[in-house]
Amino acid sequence: MDTQAMHIANGIVNGTVSAIFAAFAALALAFCVWRARADLDDRLAPMAGLVAAFIFAVQMLNFQVLPGVSGHLLGGTLAVVLVGPWVGALCVSTVLIIQCLLYADGGLTALGLNITNMAILGTAAGYLLVAGLLRVLPKTPSGLGATALIASVIGVVVASQGFVFEYWLGGTTQLSLPWVSGTMAGTHALIGIGEGLIAATTVATVARVRPDLVYALRRFRKPPAVVPAAPATVSGGTA
Amino acid sequence: MTKRLGWFLAGGLLVALLLAGVVSNFASGSPDGLDATAREGCTFSADGEITGGTCMLQQEQEHQTADSPLADYGIRGIDNPYLSTGLAGVLGVLVTFGIGGGVFWLLRRRTPEKV
Repeated sequence: MDTQAMHIANGIVNGTVSAIFAAFAALALAFCVWRARADLDDRLAPMAGLVAAFIFAVQMLNFQVLPGVSGHLLGGTLAVVLVGPWVGALCVSTVLIIQCLLYADGGLTALGLNITNMAILGTAAGYLLVAGLLRVLPKTPSGLGATALIASVIGVVVASQGFVFEYWLGGTTQLSLPWVSGTMAGTHALIGIGEGLIAATTVATVARVRPDLVYALRRFRKPPAVVPAAPATVSGGTA
Repeated sequence: MTKRLGWFLAGGLLVALLLAGVVSNFASGSPDGLDATAREGCTFSADGEITGGTCMLQQEQEHQTADSPLADYGIRGIDNPYLSTGLAGVLGVLVTFGIGGGVFWLLRRRTPEKV
């Protein structure tokens, strides 16, 4: 088997900068846990576990974007649409931590860098775009798919530039920064399209099967039609 | 948790298990966008050793958990590469669902509202 390093490895960015980002990531995740508690209920909690497991699975599916270059989904936008920004960032982080500890993917020293880029920056960018786009795009499965596609492309490029920023602060090699930035942006724009197609398919499918489980659609859902006078039948089972 | 949600979760997990257990074997083996950028500027021998040039990868250090039995998405001791990758994927999906779902379940707010 080819050995695959998919995330930032140890030693690419120096120890000091890695430590600073580890502290930043820890603080950001603590904040996410605090905000996520308000969102997590009996329904969202298992759904979030599924989203994390799904992201783990899809991150294994590297697709070719250029000759000799592949990419895989990062998952921030997908998570934002399905479980919201706070829980979503925690889902991606869970995946990154398990990959780092069990699968030796992404250095332990570099874990803060990887979490910052993929779980925090990518997710935050995805969230802002999803929130903005859903104001104008239709709240239908296809509208949601288009939203996820566009937000994924930009979210992935933003995440890639997070690495460029970290490399600028503490890169251990002397490569031209515009070159690193351009190469990362170029390949990740292509990766973002692949990610966007996967995310769009996934969220559109969930929106078709169980629209009530899509976090991003919650705000727009009409409250269940109120039957004025007769409280005769209390609807039980159906969610 | 309602029965309907249970079915949805079971279906979703099945898809994830198939993706990680089976489809993963058809994934591209090329370095990903970041890894490719890290290799740019170096020349490599046929077996992947750096033979010259300047690139980020030269500074890469050993991973702390490189000895993990699951390192690099395979299971040590299983020689069949398809089985090794597939099982590592299946295990990863279950572990992620178990740990992730477990933590989220513990974090959830416990209001008596009916779902």
